Amino acid sequence: MITGTPKPIEEIMEMIESYDNIILAGCHGCVTVCRVGGEKEVQVLASTLRLAREASGKPIKIREVSLERQCDPEYVEQMRPYVEDYQAVLSIACGAGIQFLAEKFTTTPLLPGINTGFLGVTERQGEWAERCQGCGDCVLHLTGGICPVTRCAKSLFHGPCGGSVQGICEVDKSVKCGWQLIIDRLKALDQMDNYTKFKPFKGWSSARDGGPRRIIREDMI
Amino acid sequence: MLPCTGRIDESLLLKAFENGADGVMVVGCLEGDCHYVSGNIRARARVKRVYDILDKIKIGPDRIRMYNLSAGEGSKFAAYANEFVERVRELGQSPINRVRAGQAHAVSQKEAT
Ligand code: SF4
Ligand code: SF4
Repeated sequence: MITGTPKPIEEIMEMIESYDNIILAGCHGCVTVCRVGGEKEVQVLASTLRLAREASGKPIKIREVSLERQCDPEYVEQMRPYVEDYQAVLSIACGAGIQFLAEKFTTTPLLPGINTGFLGVTERQGEWAERCQGCGDCVLHLTGGICPVTRCAKSLFHGPCGGSVQGICEVDKSVKCGWQLIIDRLKALDQMDNYTKFKPFKGWSSARDGGPRRIIREDMI
Repeated sequence: MLPCTGRIDESLLLKAFENGADGVMVVGCLEGDCHYVSGNIRARARVKRVYDILDKIKIGPDRIRMYNLSAGEGSKFAAYANEFVERVRELGQSPINRVRAGQAHAVSQKEAT
């Protein structure tokens, strides 16, 4: 899922300072699962902002909305009939969702209520960790299912650097060396021969280095 | 009245303040004694979150508190309730209610003129 963290209330208060009626839009997708932008978070944030604004003598009206997904046009369109009745939309979906709203509703300012994080997993309740950087050319079949792009702090492709000490990465003691994990796993799978199968270099044009990416599936158009 | 404090979530607690409460007392069963295993533990975490929110937005965190009691402790319940009410009285009206009272006052003054 796409993860994120709530923006500090003070920062959101500053963003909405000049408005007295806004939409607060959540999303039932990823941000609901990581408890940062779903229906519940909409309710809590809306109440919090209303209380804070009323206490400061400048009340604000907030329409609470939760779309199935903010990254799909059919759901975004559900907001069109009333979006112009409000001065701004504060969205607590991921950055993709927020931008999609901004693109569709060109005359309404869009404000981000969360800081979007990464593509990750829930390791335990309340703890998420990054697993994939969407490099566009997956190599997990060669690396024992452990991503060198993400799990190696330097995204190395041909084994660990000299900073790997007893399985720990040199960038932070809390970070395991991705390459140690990969090699341990390849050994356990008896697949160490994969270690020699890497391409001489990895092309990064399918990753972010090639600019904003687009997927076109002719079979679906 | 809710059958279990586990049903309480942050938005319900904040709504109480929006609806004009000066303080909110959450009373759950004793920890370890929840009929639904961990409802009261979850409630405690949620109350803590609302405490932090109230602190941040300067409504005053002490306006919310959770107590744990067994159903047989009627007199303790009364003592806790009195204690909490006393505490909220000392804190006075919530900033929201102060603003609302000011506005009502202004309106009635306007009506009088
Ligand atoms: S808008 Fe973002 S958070 Fe919501 S479903 Fe789409 S990708 Fe996930
Ligand atoms: S190799 Fe690329 S696509 Fe595969 S998990 Fe890593 S970043 Fe994601």
